[in-house]
Amino acid sequence: MGTHSHHHDYNFNERYEFAGKAKMFSIIAVVLGVAAVAIGLLSGDHVTVERTYANLLLMGYYFTCVCAAGTFFVALQYVTQSAWSAGLVRIPQAMAGVLPIASLILLVIVGLGLTTHNLYHHWHADGLTDPNNANYDPIIAGKSAYLNVPFFLIRQVVFMGLYSIFAVIFAKLSYKEDLEGGLASYKKSFKLSAIFLVIFGFTTPIWSFDTIMSLEAHWFSTMFGWYNFAAMWVSGICCITIIVVVLKKAGYMNWVNENHLHDLGKLMFGFSIFWTYVWFAQFMLIWYSNIPEETVYFYKRWEPEYKPWFWLSIIINFVAPLLLLVDRDAKRKQNVMLFVAILLLAGHWLDYYIMIMPGTVAEHRGFGIIEIGTALGFLGLFVFLVMNKLSKQALVPKNHPFLDESLHHQI
Amino acid sequence: MSNTKYILGSFADPDDMMHGIDKLQANNISIYDCFTPMPIHGIEAKLGVRPSRLPIAAFCFGALGTTLGFSLLYYTMVYDWPMNIGGKPSFAMPNFVPVTFEVTILLCALGMVATFFFRNHLFPGRTPRVMDLRATDDRFILAVDAKENADHALIDSLLKEAGAVEVKYNDRKYVSYE
Repeated sequence: MGTHSHHHDYNFNERYEFAGKAKMFSIIAVVLGVAAVAIGLLSGDHVTVERTYANLLLMGYYFTCVCAAGTFFVALQYVTQSAWSAGLVRIPQAMAGVLPIASLILLVIVGLGLTTHNLYHHWHADGLTDPNNANYDPIIAGKSAYLNVPFFLIRQVVFMGLYSIFAVIFAKLSYKEDLEGGLASYKKSFKLSAIFLVIFGFTTPIWSFDTIMSLEAHWFSTMFGWYNFAAMWVSGICCITIIVVVLKKAGYMNWVNENHLHDLGKLMFGFSIFWTYVWFAQFMLIWYSNIPEETVYFYKRWEPEYKPWFWLSIIINFVAPLLLLVDRDAKRKQNVMLFVAILLLAGHWLDYYIMIMPGTVAEHRGFGIIEIGTALGFLGLFVFLVMNKLSKQALVPKNHPFLDESLHHQI
Repeated sequence: MSNTKYILGSFADPDDMMHGIDKLQANNISIYDCFTPMPIHGIEAKLGVRPSRLPIAAFCFGALGTTLGFSLLYYTMVYDWPMNIGGKPSFAMPNFVPVTFEVTILLCALGMVATFFFRNHLFPGRTPRVMDLRATDDRFILAVDAKENADHALIDSLLKEAGAVEVKYNDRKYVSYE
Protein backbone atom coordinates (compact mmCIF):
# COMPACT_ATOMS: atom_id res chain seq x y z
CA MET A 1 0.00 0.00 0.00
CA GLY A 2 1.14 3.49 -0.57
CA THR A 3 -0.05 6.95 -1.15
CA HIS A 4 -1.26 7.70 -4.63
CA SER A 5 -0.76 11.40 -4.78
CA HIS A 6 1.85 11.29 -7.55
CA HIS A 7 0.64 10.68 -11.06
CA HIS A 8 2.35 8.70 -13.75
CA ASP A 9 2.27 9.13 -17.47
CA TYR A 10 3.21 5.72 -18.78
CA ASN A 11 2.07 4.57 -22.17
CA PHE A 12 0.38 1.24 -21.50
CA ASN A 13 -0.24 0.63 -25.17
CA GLU A 14 3.52 0.55 -25.75
CA ARG A 15 4.65 -2.33 -27.91
CA TYR A 16 8.04 -3.83 -28.48
CA GLU A 17 9.15 -3.57 -32.06
CA PHE A 18 11.08 -6.64 -33.10
CA ALA A 19 13.20 -5.57 -36.03
CA GLY A 20 16.67 -4.52 -37.10
CA LYS A 21 19.78 -5.98 -35.52
CA ALA A 22 18.00 -8.10 -32.88
CA LYS A 23 15.99 -9.88 -35.55
CA MET A 24 18.92 -10.21 -37.94
CA PHE A 25 21.34 -11.60 -35.36
CA SER A 26 18.82 -14.11 -34.03
CA ILE A 27 18.20 -15.41 -37.54
CA ILE A 28 21.94 -15.63 -38.22
CA ALA A 29 22.36 -17.58 -34.95
CA VAL A 30 19.64 -20.03 -35.99
CA VAL A 31 21.28 -20.52 -39.39
CA LEU A 32 24.68 -21.13 -37.74
CA GLY A 33 23.04 -23.59 -35.37
CA VAL A 34 21.37 -25.52 -38.17
CA ALA A 35 24.70 -25.62 -40.01
CA ALA A 36 26.55 -26.94 -36.94
CA VAL A 37 23.91 -29.62 -36.33
CA ALA A 38 23.98 -30.59 -40.02
CA ILE A 39 27.78 -30.90 -39.95
CA GLY A 40 27.47 -33.14 -36.89
CA LEU A 41 24.65 -35.34 -38.15
CA LEU A 42 26.04 -35.74 -41.67
CA SER A 43 29.60 -36.42 -40.54
CA GLY A 44 29.05 -40.17 -40.92
CA ASP A 45 31.12 -40.72 -37.79
CA HIS A 46 29.04 -42.56 -35.17
CA VAL A 47 30.64 -40.76 -32.20
CA THR A 48 30.08 -37.31 -33.74
CA VAL A 49 26.45 -38.13 -34.54
CA GLU A 50 25.85 -39.25 -30.96
CA ARG A 51 27.58 -36.13 -29.66
CA THR A 52 25.32 -34.00 -31.84
CA TYR A 53 22.25 -35.77 -30.48
CA ALA A 54 23.46 -35.28 -26.91
CA ASN A 55 23.88 -31.57 -27.61
CA LEU A 56 20.47 -31.35 -29.25
CA LEU A 57 18.95 -33.00 -26.19
CA LEU A 58 20.81 -30.61 -23.91
CA MET A 59 19.68 -27.46 -25.70
CA GLY A 60 16.20 -28.78 -26.52
CA TYR A 61 15.65 -29.62 -22.87
CA TYR A 62 17.15 -26.31 -21.72
CA PHE A 63 14.94 -24.38 -24.15
CA THR A 64 11.78 -26.23 -23.08
CA CYS A 65 12.68 -25.87 -19.40
CA VAL A 66 13.12 -22.10 -19.67
CA CYS A 67 9.76 -21.74 -21.44
CA ALA A 68 8.13 -24.04 -18.86
CA ALA A 69 9.66 -21.86 -16.13
CA GLY A 70 7.96 -18.87 -17.80
CA THR A 71 4.62 -20.68 -17.51
CA PHE A 72 5.39 -21.59 -13.91
CA PHE A 73 6.24 -17.95 -13.17
CA VAL A 74 2.94 -16.74 -14.60
CA ALA A 75 0.94 -19.35 -12.66
CA LEU A 76 2.84 -18.62 -9.45
CA GLN A 77 2.02 -14.90 -9.69
CA TYR A 78 -1.69 -15.67 -10.03
CA VAL A 79 -1.79 -18.16 -7.18
CA THR A 80 0.14 -15.94 -4.78
CA GLN A 81 -1.83 -12.91 -6.06
CA SER A 82 1.46 -11.10 -6.49
CA ALA A 83 1.32 -7.45 -7.35
CA TRP A 84 4.97 -6.57 -7.90
CA SER A 85 5.27 -8.57 -11.13
CA ALA A 86 2.16 -7.23 -12.89
CA GLY A 87 4.20 -4.73 -14.91
CA LEU A 88 6.63 -7.28 -16.31
CA VAL A 89 4.48 -10.38 -16.53
CA ARG A 90 4.19 -10.11 -20.32
CA ILE A 91 7.78 -11.35 -20.58
CA PRO A 92 7.27 -14.75 -18.89
CA GLN A 93 3.97 -14.87 -20.76
CA ALA A 94 5.84 -14.57 -24.06
CA MET A 95 8.24 -17.32 -22.92
CA ALA A 96 5.24 -19.47 -22.04
CA GLY A 97 3.79 -18.72 -25.45
CA VAL A 98 6.80 -20.36 -27.07
CA LEU A 99 6.44 -23.51 -24.94
CA PRO A 100 4.32 -25.44 -27.50
CA ILE A 101 7.01 -24.99 -30.17
CA ALA A 102 9.83 -25.77 -27.73
CA SER A 103 7.98 -28.91 -26.62
CA LEU A 104 7.53 -30.06 -30.20
CA ILE A 105 11.24 -29.57 -30.92
CA LEU A 106 12.24 -31.53 -27.80
CA LEU A 107 9.76 -34.26 -28.70
CA VAL A 108 11.31 -34.62 -32.16
CA ILE A 109 14.83 -34.75 -30.67
CA VAL A 110 13.82 -37.33 -28.06
CA GLY A 111 11.87 -39.41 -30.60
CA LEU A 112 14.65 -39.39 -33.19
CA GLY A 113 17.31 -40.06 -30.56
CA LEU A 114 15.32 -43.01 -29.31
CA THR A 115 14.59 -44.58 -32.68
CA THR A 116 18.10 -44.08 -34.05
CA HIS A 117 19.61 -45.46 -30.79
CA ASN A 118 21.69 -42.34 -30.31
CA LEU A 119 20.00 -41.48 -27.03
CA TYR A 120 18.56 -43.73 -24.31
CA HIS A 121 20.30 -46.82 -25.75
CA HIS A 122 21.08 -47.78 -22.19
CA TRP A 123 17.51 -48.98 -21.74
CA HIS A 124 16.37 -49.20 -25.35
CA ALA A 125 18.27 -51.86 -27.26
CA ASP A 126 17.51 -55.33 -28.61
CA GLY A 127 17.26 -58.14 -26.08
CA LEU A 128 17.73 -56.09 -22.92
CA THR A 129 14.55 -57.51 -21.38
CA ASP A 130 14.78 -61.03 -22.84
CA PRO A 131 16.29 -63.51 -20.34
CA ASN A 132 17.52 -65.78 -23.16
CA ASN A 133 19.35 -63.01 -24.97
CA ALA A 134 23.06 -62.32 -24.52
CA ASN A 135 22.22 -58.64 -23.97
CA TYR A 136 19.85 -59.42 -21.09
CA ASP A 137 20.02 -56.81 -18.35
CA PRO A 138 18.04 -57.80 -15.23
CA ILE A 139 17.98 -54.25 -13.85
CA ILE A 140 16.58 -52.78 -17.08
CA ALA A 141 14.17 -55.72 -17.37
CA GLY A 142 12.92 -54.94 -13.86
CA LYS A 143 12.24 -51.34 -14.87
CA SER A 144 10.72 -52.15 -18.25
CA ALA A 145 7.12 -51.97 -17.00
CA TYR A 146 7.74 -48.24 -16.62
CA LEU A 147 10.70 -47.60 -18.90
CA ASN A 148 9.48 -48.83 -22.28
CA VAL A 149 9.23 -46.90 -25.52
CA PRO A 150 5.44 -46.44 -25.87
CA PHE A 151 4.86 -45.43 -22.24
CA PHE A 152 7.95 -43.19 -22.31
CA LEU A 153 6.70 -41.35 -25.39
CA ILE A 154 3.16 -41.11 -24.01
CA ARG A 155 4.51 -39.50 -20.85
CA GLN A 156 6.58 -37.02 -22.85
CA VAL A 157 3.57 -36.03 -24.96
CA VAL A 158 1.16 -35.83 -22.02
CA PHE A 159 3.46 -33.82 -19.75
CA MET A 160 4.64 -31.28 -22.30
CA GLY A 161 1.18 -31.18 -23.88
CA LEU A 162 -0.40 -30.30 -20.54
CA TYR A 163 2.14 -27.58 -19.79
CA SER A 164 1.65 -26.12 -23.28
CA ILE A 165 -2.14 -26.10 -23.04
CA PHE A 166 -2.03 -24.23 -19.75
CA ALA A 167 0.57 -21.81 -21.14
CA VAL A 168 -1.66 -20.95 -24.09
CA ILE A 169 -4.77 -20.55 -21.91
CA PHE A 170 -3.00 -18.19 -19.46
CA ALA A 171 -1.87 -15.98 -22.33
CA LYS A 172 -5.33 -16.01 -23.95
CA LEU A 173 -7.03 -14.99 -20.70
CA SER A 174 -4.56 -12.18 -20.17
CA TYR A 175 -5.09 -10.82 -23.70
CA LYS A 176 -8.84 -11.05 -23.14
CA GLU A 177 -8.40 -9.01 -19.95
CA ASP A 178 -6.70 -6.28 -22.02
CA LEU A 179 -9.78 -5.94 -24.19
CA GLU A 180 -12.60 -6.48 -21.72
CA GLY A 181 -11.21 -5.48 -18.32
CA GLY A 182 -12.95 -6.71 -15.20
CA LEU A 183 -11.94 -9.50 -12.88
CA ALA A 184 -13.37 -12.49 -14.79
CA SER A 185 -10.09 -13.37 -16.55
CA TYR A 186 -8.05 -12.95 -13.38
CA LYS A 187 -10.30 -15.18 -11.31
CA LYS A 188 -10.31 -17.86 -13.98
CA SER A 189 -6.52 -17.66 -14.28
CA PHE A 190 -6.21 -17.98 -10.50
CA LYS A 191 -8.16 -21.25 -10.46
CA LEU A 192 -6.39 -22.69 -13.49
CA SER A 193 -3.01 -21.71 -12.04
CA ALA A 194 -3.70 -23.64 -8.85
CA ILE A 195 -4.53 -26.73 -10.91
CA PHE A 196 -1.49 -26.18 -13.12
CA LEU A 197 0.91 -25.87 -10.18
CA VAL A 198 -0.27 -29.18 -8.72
CA ILE A 199 0.14 -30.93 -12.08
CA PHE A 200 3.49 -29.24 -12.72
CA GLY A 201 4.83 -30.02 -9.25
CA PHE A 202 4.06 -33.70 -9.52
CA THR A 203 5.06 -34.22 -13.15
CA THR A 204 8.27 -32.19 -13.63
CA PRO A 205 10.36 -34.58 -11.48
CA ILE A 206 9.05 -37.51 -13.53
CA TRP A 207 9.64 -35.57 -16.73
CA SER A 208 13.29 -34.99 -15.77
CA PHE A 209 13.67 -38.65 -14.67
CA ASP A 210 12.52 -39.64 -18.15
CA THR A 211 14.30 -37.07 -20.27
CA ILE A 212 17.65 -36.86 -18.51
CA MET A 213 18.04 -39.42 -15.71
CA SER A 214 17.09 -42.38 -17.91
CA LEU A 215 20.20 -41.75 -20.03
CA GLU A 216 21.92 -43.77 -17.28
CA ALA A 217 19.03 -46.07 -16.50
CA HIS A 218 20.76 -48.20 -13.87
CA TRP A 219 21.22 -45.24 -11.61
CA PHE A 220 18.44 -43.38 -9.86
CA SER A 221 18.04 -40.52 -7.42
CA THR A 222 14.78 -39.16 -6.04
CA MET A 223 16.50 -35.78 -5.60
CA PHE A 224 17.10 -35.54 -9.34
CA GLY A 225 13.67 -34.06 -10.07
CA TRP A 226 14.01 -31.20 -7.61
CA TYR A 227 17.57 -30.61 -8.70
CA ASN A 228 16.34 -30.21 -12.27
CA PHE A 229 13.45 -28.06 -11.17
CA ALA A 230 15.85 -25.71 -9.36
CA ALA A 231 18.02 -25.41 -12.47
CA MET A 232 14.94 -24.76 -14.61
CA TRP A 233 13.59 -22.08 -12.28
CA VAL A 234 16.90 -20.24 -11.88
CA SER A 235 17.51 -20.17 -15.63
CA GLY A 236 13.91 -19.03 -16.25
CA ILE A 237 14.35 -16.12 -13.82
CA CYS A 238 17.65 -15.25 -15.53
CA CYS A 239 15.96 -15.12 -18.95
CA ILE A 240 13.20 -12.86 -17.61
CA THR A 241 15.82 -10.58 -16.03
CA ILE A 242 17.89 -10.34 -19.20
CA ILE A 243 14.84 -9.45 -21.30
CA VAL A 244 13.74 -6.84 -18.73
CA VAL A 245 17.17 -5.19 -18.67
CA VAL A 246 17.61 -5.28 -22.44
CA LEU A 247 14.15 -3.78 -23.01
CA LYS A 248 14.78 -1.09 -20.40
CA LYS A 249 18.11 -0.22 -22.01
CA ALA A 250 16.29 0.09 -25.32
CA GLY A 251 13.91 2.60 -23.74
CA TYR A 252 10.90 0.37 -23.14
CA MET A 253 9.05 -0.44 -19.91
CA ASN A 254 9.65 2.75 -17.93
CA TRP A 255 7.30 1.47 -15.24
CA VAL A 256 9.69 -1.32 -14.32
CA ASN A 257 12.32 0.10 -11.97
CA GLU A 258 15.07 -1.04 -9.61
CA ASN A 259 12.50 -2.31 -7.10
CA HIS A 260 11.21 -4.90 -9.53
CA LEU A 261 14.77 -5.76 -10.51
CA HIS A 262 15.55 -6.21 -6.80
CA ASP A 263 12.77 -8.80 -6.51
CA LEU A 264 14.06 -10.68 -9.56
CA GLY A 265 17.52 -10.54 -7.98
CA LYS A 266 16.21 -12.03 -4.75
CA LEU A 267 14.60 -14.89 -6.65
CA MET A 268 17.81 -15.45 -8.62
CA PHE A 269 19.92 -15.40 -5.46
CA GLY A 270 17.54 -17.50 -3.38
CA PHE A 271 17.03 -20.20 -5.96
CA SER A 272 20.74 -20.41 -6.76
CA ILE A 273 21.16 -21.28 -3.09
CA PHE A 274 18.25 -23.70 -3.40
CA TRP A 275 19.89 -25.30 -6.44
CA THR A 276 23.04 -25.81 -4.37
CA TYR A 277 21.00 -27.19 -1.48
CA VAL A 278 19.38 -29.85 -3.66
CA TRP A 279 22.58 -30.57 -5.58
CA PHE A 280 24.47 -31.04 -2.34
CA ALA A 281 21.70 -33.12 -0.74
CA GLN A 282 21.93 -35.53 -3.68
CA PHE A 283 25.72 -35.57 -3.63
CA MET A 284 26.20 -35.93 0.11
CA LEU A 285 23.79 -38.82 0.63
CA ILE A 286 25.40 -40.78 -2.19
CA TRP A 287 28.90 -39.92 -1.00
CA TYR A 288 28.13 -40.87 2.58
CA SER A 289 26.30 -44.16 2.01
CA ASN A 290 28.92 -45.16 -0.57
CA ILE A 291 26.81 -47.78 -2.37
CA PRO A 292 28.44 -48.72 -5.70
CA GLU A 293 25.27 -48.56 -7.80
CA GLU A 294 24.72 -45.00 -6.59
CA THR A 295 28.30 -43.71 -6.55
CA VAL A 296 28.78 -44.73 -10.18
CA TYR A 297 27.04 -41.51 -11.20
CA PHE A 298 29.49 -39.28 -9.39
CA TYR A 299 32.44 -41.54 -10.24
CA LYS A 300 31.84 -40.77 -13.91
CA ARG A 301 31.71 -37.06 -13.14
CA TRP A 302 34.76 -37.23 -10.90
CA GLU A 303 37.05 -38.82 -13.46
CA PRO A 304 39.73 -36.49 -14.87
CA GLU A 305 37.61 -35.93 -17.96
CA TYR A 306 34.84 -34.13 -16.09
CA LYS A 307 36.35 -33.08 -12.78
CA PRO A 308 37.30 -29.48 -13.72
CA TRP A 309 33.82 -28.91 -15.16
CA PHE A 310 32.23 -30.47 -12.09
CA TRP A 311 33.94 -27.88 -9.89
CA LEU A 312 33.45 -25.02 -12.33
CA SER A 313 29.70 -25.68 -12.25
CA ILE A 314 29.65 -25.28 -8.45
CA ILE A 315 31.68 -22.08 -8.65
CA ILE A 316 29.48 -20.47 -11.30
CA ASN A 317 26.12 -21.64 -10.02
CA PHE A 318 26.72 -21.24 -6.29
CA VAL A 319 29.78 -19.18 -5.35
CA ALA A 320 29.31 -16.50 -8.03
CA PRO A 321 25.67 -15.56 -7.27
CA LEU A 322 26.36 -15.84 -3.53
CA LEU A 323 29.13 -13.28 -3.66
CA LEU A 324 27.83 -11.07 -6.47
CA LEU A 325 24.18 -10.79 -5.42
CA VAL A 326 24.33 -10.84 -1.62
CA ASP A 327 24.52 -7.04 -1.51
CA ARG A 328 21.25 -5.14 -1.68
CA ASP A 329 22.59 -2.51 -4.06
CA ALA A 330 23.93 -5.15 -6.46
CA LYS A 331 20.43 -6.53 -7.03
CA ARG A 332 19.20 -3.05 -7.94
CA LYS A 333 21.82 -2.37 -10.64
CA GLN A 334 20.91 -3.26 -14.21
CA ASN A 335 24.42 -4.12 -15.33
CA VAL A 336 25.23 -6.33 -12.34
CA MET A 337 21.97 -8.22 -12.79
CA LEU A 338 22.58 -8.59 -16.53
CA PHE A 339 26.06 -9.95 -15.92
CA VAL A 340 24.99 -12.43 -13.24
CA ALA A 341 22.00 -13.58 -15.30
CA ILE A 342 24.19 -14.31 -18.33
CA LEU A 343 26.78 -16.01 -16.12
CA LEU A 344 24.11 -18.22 -14.52
CA LEU A 345 22.63 -19.15 -17.88
CA ALA A 346 26.09 -20.28 -18.98
CA GLY A 347 26.48 -22.04 -15.63
CA HIS A 348 23.29 -24.01 -16.06
CA TRP A 349 24.29 -24.96 -19.57
CA LEU A 350 27.37 -26.47 -17.93
CA ASP A 351 25.13 -28.03 -15.28
CA TYR A 352 23.08 -29.80 -17.97
CA TYR A 353 26.28 -30.69 -19.80
CA ILE A 354 27.51 -32.52 -16.71
CA MET A 355 24.14 -34.23 -16.34
CA ILE A 356 23.97 -35.44 -19.94
CA MET A 357 27.45 -35.97 -21.42
CA PRO A 358 28.96 -38.59 -19.05
CA GLY A 359 25.92 -40.81 -19.67
CA THR A 360 26.01 -40.45 -23.44
CA VAL A 361 29.34 -39.68 -25.08
CA ALA A 362 31.46 -40.10 -21.91
CA GLU A 363 35.14 -39.80 -22.84
CA HIS A 364 34.27 -38.70 -26.38
CA ARG A 365 32.92 -35.45 -25.01
CA GLY A 366 34.13 -32.24 -26.53
CA PHE A 367 33.70 -28.55 -26.63
CA GLY A 368 33.81 -27.32 -30.15
CA ILE A 369 31.81 -26.32 -33.15
CA ILE A 370 28.93 -28.70 -32.34
CA GLU A 371 28.50 -27.52 -28.73
CA ILE A 372 28.86 -23.83 -29.54
CA GLY A 373 26.82 -24.09 -32.74
CA THR A 374 23.90 -25.93 -31.12
CA ALA A 375 23.83 -23.56 -28.16
CA LEU A 376 23.97 -20.55 -30.47
CA GLY A 377 21.22 -21.95 -32.68
CA PHE A 378 18.84 -22.53 -29.80
CA LEU A 379 19.70 -19.13 -28.31
CA GLY A 380 18.82 -17.52 -31.62
CA LEU A 381 15.61 -19.51 -31.81
CA PHE A 382 14.67 -18.51 -28.27
CA VAL A 383 15.33 -14.83 -28.93
CA PHE A 384 13.51 -14.90 -32.26
CA LEU A 385 10.40 -16.72 -31.03
CA VAL A 386 10.09 -15.01 -27.63
CA MET A 387 10.74 -11.47 -28.88
CA ASN A 388 8.42 -12.05 -31.81
CA LYS A 389 5.72 -13.23 -29.40
CA LEU A 390 6.39 -10.25 -27.14
CA SER A 391 5.98 -7.81 -30.02
CA LYS A 392 2.47 -9.06 -30.78
CA GLN A 393 0.85 -7.60 -27.64
CA ALA A 394 1.19 -4.50 -25.49
CA LEU A 395 4.13 -4.74 -23.08
CA VAL A 396 1.88 -4.50 -20.04
CA PRO A 397 -1.48 -6.07 -19.17
CA LYS A 398 -3.16 -2.69 -18.71
CA ASN A 399 -6.29 -4.07 -17.01
CA HIS A 400 -4.43 -6.30 -14.57
CA PRO A 401 -6.10 -5.77 -11.17
CA PHE A 402 -2.74 -5.32 -9.41
CA LEU A 403 -1.04 -3.14 -12.01
CA ASP A 404 -1.37 0.01 -9.91
CA GLU A 405 0.31 -1.72 -6.99
CA SER A 406 3.10 -2.89 -9.27
CA LEU A 407 3.75 0.70 -10.37
CA HIS A 408 4.10 1.77 -6.72
CA HIS A 409 6.15 -1.23 -5.73
CA GLN A 410 8.90 -0.22 -3.37
CA ILE A 411 11.25 -2.34 -1.32
CA MET B 1 9.35 28.84 28.14
CA SER B 2 6.83 26.08 27.94
CA ASN B 3 7.46 22.51 29.04
CA THR B 4 6.41 21.11 25.66
CA LYS B 5 8.89 18.50 24.52
CA TYR B 6 7.21 17.22 21.35
CA ILE B 7 4.54 18.55 19.05
CA LEU B 8 2.49 15.79 17.45
CA GLY B 9 0.43 16.26 14.32
CA SER B 10 -2.26 13.61 14.15
CA PHE B 11 -3.55 12.81 10.65
CA ALA B 12 -6.47 10.65 9.61
CA ASP B 13 -5.16 10.21 6.06
CA PRO B 14 -1.67 9.15 4.95
CA ASP B 15 -1.74 11.53 1.97
CA ASP B 16 -2.33 14.47 4.34
CA MET B 17 0.58 13.31 6.46
CA MET B 18 2.81 13.23 3.37
CA HIS B 19 1.76 16.82 2.62
CA GLY B 20 2.60 17.68 6.21
CA ILE B 21 6.10 16.31 5.75
CA ASP B 22 6.52 18.41 2.59
CA LYS B 23 5.33 21.56 4.32
CA LEU B 24 7.51 21.12 7.40
CA GLN B 25 10.56 20.33 5.27
CA ALA B 26 9.90 23.36 3.04
CA ASN B 27 10.02 25.52 6.19
CA ASN B 28 13.22 23.94 7.47
CA ILE B 29 11.51 22.32 10.42
CA SER B 30 13.20 19.04 11.30
CA ILE B 31 10.91 16.08 11.78
CA TYR B 32 11.80 13.88 14.75
CA ASP B 33 9.93 10.81 13.57
CA CYS B 34 6.64 9.62 12.20
CA PHE B 35 4.42 6.76 13.27
CA THR B 36 1.90 4.99 11.07
CA PRO B 37 -0.34 1.99 11.61
CA MET B 38 0.71 0.54 8.25
CA PRO B 39 3.85 0.68 6.11
CA ILE B 40 3.98 3.59 3.69
CA HIS B 41 6.22 3.03 0.70
CA GLY B 42 8.88 5.62 0.09
CA ILE B 43 8.57 7.36 3.45
CA GLU B 44 12.09 6.39 4.57
CA ALA B 45 13.62 8.11 1.56
CA LYS B 46 11.44 11.17 2.11
CA LEU B 47 12.41 11.49 5.77
CA GLY B 48 16.05 10.67 5.02
CA VAL B 49 16.10 7.68 7.36
CA ARG B 50 19.38 5.80 7.15
CA PRO B 51 19.16 2.16 5.96
CA SER B 52 18.68 -0.37 8.73
CA ARG B 53 21.80 -1.94 10.21
CA LEU B 54 19.96 -5.18 10.92
CA PRO B 55 21.85 -7.03 8.12
CA ILE B 56 25.11 -6.36 9.99
CA ALA B 57 23.65 -8.00 13.11
CA ALA B 58 22.40 -10.85 10.92
CA PHE B 59 25.88 -11.43 9.52
CA CYS B 60 27.47 -11.43 12.99
CA PHE B 61 24.95 -13.89 14.39
CA GLY B 62 25.30 -16.06 11.29
CA ALA B 63 29.09 -16.09 11.59
CA LEU B 64 28.74 -16.99 15.26
CA GLY B 65 26.39 -19.85 14.29
CA THR B 66 28.86 -21.15 11.71
CA THR B 67 31.64 -21.13 14.29
CA LEU B 68 29.55 -22.80 16.99
CA GLY B 69 28.09 -25.45 14.66
CA PHE B 70 31.48 -26.32 13.24
CA SER B 71 33.11 -26.38 16.68
CA LEU B 72 30.39 -28.66 18.05
CA LEU B 73 30.94 -31.13 15.22
CA TYR B 74 34.70 -30.91 15.41
CA TYR B 75 34.71 -31.47 19.17
CA THR B 76 32.30 -34.42 19.11
CA MET B 77 33.25 -36.11 15.83
CA VAL B 78 36.98 -35.52 15.63
CA TYR B 79 38.42 -34.60 19.03
CA ASP B 80 36.36 -36.16 21.79
CA TRP B 81 35.03 -39.41 20.36
CA PRO B 82 36.04 -40.17 16.76
CA MET B 83 33.90 -42.89 15.20
CA ASN B 84 34.28 -44.95 12.07
CA ILE B 85 31.15 -44.35 10.02
CA GLY B 86 31.08 -46.12 6.67
CA GLY B 87 34.86 -46.08 6.52
CA LYS B 88 34.91 -42.31 6.19
CA PRO B 89 37.62 -40.28 7.93
CA SER B 90 36.55 -38.64 11.20
CA PHE B 91 37.15 -35.20 9.78
CA ALA B 92 35.02 -35.52 6.64
CA MET B 93 33.96 -32.09 5.44
CA PRO B 94 30.79 -32.89 3.45
CA ASN B 95 28.97 -34.30 6.47
CA PHE B 96 29.88 -31.18 8.45
CA VAL B 97 27.93 -29.02 6.04
CA PRO B 98 24.27 -29.72 6.97
CA VAL B 99 24.65 -29.15 10.73
CA THR B 100 26.89 -26.10 10.29
CA PHE B 101 24.42 -24.68 7.77
CA GLU B 102 21.42 -25.26 10.03
CA VAL B 103 23.05 -23.77 13.12
CA THR B 104 24.07 -20.74 11.03
CA ILE B 105 20.47 -20.21 9.87
CA LEU B 106 19.09 -20.80 13.38
CA LEU B 107 21.36 -18.31 15.14
CA CYS B 108 21.02 -15.79 12.32
CA ALA B 109 17.21 -15.89 12.46
CA LEU B 110 16.90 -15.90 16.25
CA GLY B 111 19.58 -13.22 16.57
CA MET B 112 17.82 -10.97 14.08
CA VAL B 113 14.49 -11.28 15.88
CA ALA B 114 16.14 -10.63 19.26
CA THR B 115 18.05 -7.61 17.90
CA PHE B 116 14.93 -6.20 16.31
CA PHE B 117 12.89 -6.57 19.50
CA PHE B 118 15.68 -5.16 21.63
CA ARG B 119 16.20 -2.09 19.45
CA ASN B 120 12.47 -1.38 19.30
CA HIS B 121 11.87 -1.84 23.02
CA LEU B 122 9.59 -4.79 22.38
CA PHE B 123 11.73 -7.22 24.32
CA PRO B 124 9.93 -8.85 27.28
CA GLY B 125 10.52 -6.67 30.34
CA ARG B 126 11.03 -3.46 28.37
CA THR B 127 8.25 -0.91 28.30
CA PRO B 128 7.23 -0.19 24.73
CA ARG B 129 8.00 3.33 23.54
CA VAL B 130 4.89 4.87 22.08
CA MET B 131 4.52 8.60 21.46
CA ASP B 132 0.87 8.44 20.50
CA LEU B 133 -1.30 5.41 21.20
CA ARG B 134 -3.52 5.92 18.18
CA ALA B 135 -0.53 5.51 15.86
CA THR B 136 -1.04 1.78 16.38
CA ASP B 137 -4.69 2.09 15.42
CA ASP B 138 -6.02 4.63 12.92
CA ARG B 139 -3.88 7.79 13.07
CA PHE B 140 -0.77 8.88 11.21
CA ILE B 141 1.50 10.82 13.56
CA LEU B 142 4.19 13.37 12.73
CA ALA B 143 6.43 14.19 15.70
CA VAL B 144 8.45 17.43 15.86
CA ASP B 145 11.02 18.14 18.55
CA ALA B 146 9.70 21.27 20.30
CA LYS B 147 13.09 22.26 21.78
CA GLU B 148 14.88 22.22 18.45
CA ASN B 149 12.17 24.08 16.57
CA ALA B 150 11.21 27.22 18.43
CA ASP B 151 8.37 28.61 16.31
CA HIS B 152 5.53 26.49 17.69
CA ALA B 153 2.79 28.64 16.16
CA LEU B 154 4.23 28.07 12.68
CA ILE B 155 4.43 24.30 13.23
CA ASP B 156 0.85 24.30 14.46
CA SER B 157 -0.44 26.20 11.45
CA LEU B 158 1.57 24.14 8.96
CA LEU B 159 0.29 20.87 10.40
CA LYS B 160 -3.30 22.11 10.39
CA GLU B 161 -2.94 23.45 6.86
CA ALA B 162 -1.79 20.03 5.72
CA GLY B 163 -4.91 18.51 7.22
CA ALA B 164 -3.99 17.43 10.74
CA VAL B 165 -7.14 16.62 12.68
CA GLU B 166 -5.41 17.27 15.99
CA VAL B 167 -2.17 18.88 17.19
CA LYS B 168 -0.87 17.78 20.58
CA TYR B 169 1.72 19.45 22.82
CA ASN B 170 3.25 16.69 24.92
CA ASP B 171 5.37 17.41 28.01
CA ARG B 172 6.77 13.92 27.99
CA LYS B 173 8.19 11.90 25.15
CA TYR B 174 6.49 8.56 25.65
CA VAL B 175 2.90 8.30 26.74
CA SER B 176 3.24 4.56 27.32
CA TYR B 177 5.36 4.95 30.47
CA GLU B 178 2.46 5.95 32.70
